[in-house]
Amino acid sequence: MAALTAKEVLLQPIVNNNPITLQVLGICSALAVTTQLSTAVVMSVAVTLVTAFSSASIASIRKYIPSSIRMIVQMVVIASLVIVVDQILKAYFFQISKTMSVFVGLIITNCIVMGRAEGFAMRNNPLMSFLDGLGNGLGYSAVLILVAFFRELFGSGSLFGYPVLTKITEGGWYTPNGLLLLSPSAFFLIGCLIWIVRTFKPEQIEEA
Amino acid sequence: MQTEQRDSIKNTFVVTLVLCIVCSLLVSAAAVSLKDRQATNKLLDRQRNIIEAAGLAEDAKRLKPQQIQSMFSDGTIEPKLVDLQSGEYVDDPSIAIDTFDERKAAKEEESNRLIRSDQFRIGIDKREKFTRVYLVKDKNGQLEQVVLPIYGKGLWSTMYGFIALNSDLKTINGLTYYEHGETPGLGGEVENPKWKKQWQGKQIWRGEPDDATLAVGVAKGTPSSDNEAYMVDGLSGASITSRGVDNMVKYWLSSDAFGPYLKNLASQKGTTNGSPNG
Repeated sequence: MAALTAKEVLLQPIVNNNPITLQVLGICSALAVTTQLSTAVVMSVAVTLVTAFSSASIASIRKYIPSSIRMIVQMVVIASLVIVVDQILKAYFFQISKTMSVFVGLIITNCIVMGRAEGFAMRNNPLMSFLDGLGNGLGYSAVLILVAFFRELFGSGSLFGYPVLTKITEGGWYTPNGLLLLSPSAFFLIGCLIWIVRTFKPEQIEEA
Repeated sequence: MQTEQRDSIKNTFVVTLVLCIVCSLLVSAAAVSLKDRQATNKLLDRQRNIIEAAGLAEDAKRLKPQQIQSMFSDGTIEPKLVDLQSGEYVDDPSIAIDTFDERKAAKEEESNRLIRSDQFRIGIDKREKFTRVYLVKDKNGQLEQVVLPIYGKGLWSTMYGFIALNSDLKTINGLTYYEHGETPGLGGEVENPKWKKQWQGKQIWRGEPDDATLAVGVAKGTPSSDNEAYMVDGLSGASITSRGVDNMVKYWLSSDAFGPYLKNLASQKGTTNGSPNG
């Protein structure tokens, strides 16, 4: 693999090498927090920060990490950062952290974070790793926000909690689609998204 | 660093040790420095919901922290510790009312009680012996409302909320949930202001004071005209959450929970509250 430039490292994961649509990682949280845009945005920011900083810190100590315990070391770094993020959310964004409940803690198990640490940060310098983490976080965010946009708009008739389509229960005309509020709908949406991306970028199609 | 050196046992231990110390310092620094803020947030959230249940503010979500605090400090809202079984106020200087923790009390052997009610299942088998209620008073110190904490299982989670009764102790003035993990848009609609508004003015007991039955609750669909005065609409797409709400409202107002307390409160005022044991 030829060395990538900083710009490529940052921008490739957004569409061309998107962690969700191409690598199909981090699906669980994409299902869980996308019923509302506000939680999706906070989750995106949290994951992006955690991925970027964990990759950077792991890259900076990569030459000292014994290979026998490298996974544990990565896990400890990621887990510590996630706890810090969780504490900050609880202190400054109490309402949102209440609706996200356990999902912030579950960033630890998000495969994207671990995947970037093991796949990129162990072999690259801290700056590149930071950009890579940022890029992958942004790729994740793009999908999350897109899915949340459709789920909140058609499931609750609102965007960021502000009513857009007036619901029948509130005297309007729109009957909310309850399915979109349940997890399976996120699967359908992500599936459709992967379909669209691969139609325009056939090189992403895996060989059967 | 050479690979051999890096993979040596000594280096493995050194890296582990240093990493653990650095990470634990980072985590504890964050936890300790943000603790006060988090505690304040939690308390404010609880108080905000009490105000909302009692309908003391037009939009409780927009109240500023100072406004909330002043309502609690100027005597508009007064917390009291109640012994659920006897229905008497607890006068125990060893329990600080501001920091009393109901959930901890419900967990610990010496401060909890088994829930034996076969009639209303709230999905939990133990509750606290003492709990906090909030008296809402007007400017002359007369009781206007009483706000009671309620909780019980919905579909996914234990739902925590408050129910406010008018000073006649027969009519509900408001109900709100401040913590739950129900599906947003379905069971989560317990937070919908439209739905919450329906509770206002519902009667708790049906029949004459001597043989009244608990009639308040959540109907399946729209309540029949017969039940209109007592029941609210069920939430569509959330039967189990609705059933949970129904059971928990009934349980906490029954003689197993706040019944004795409401009876005492009513006799203090020289009236009956219409409950079977009142």
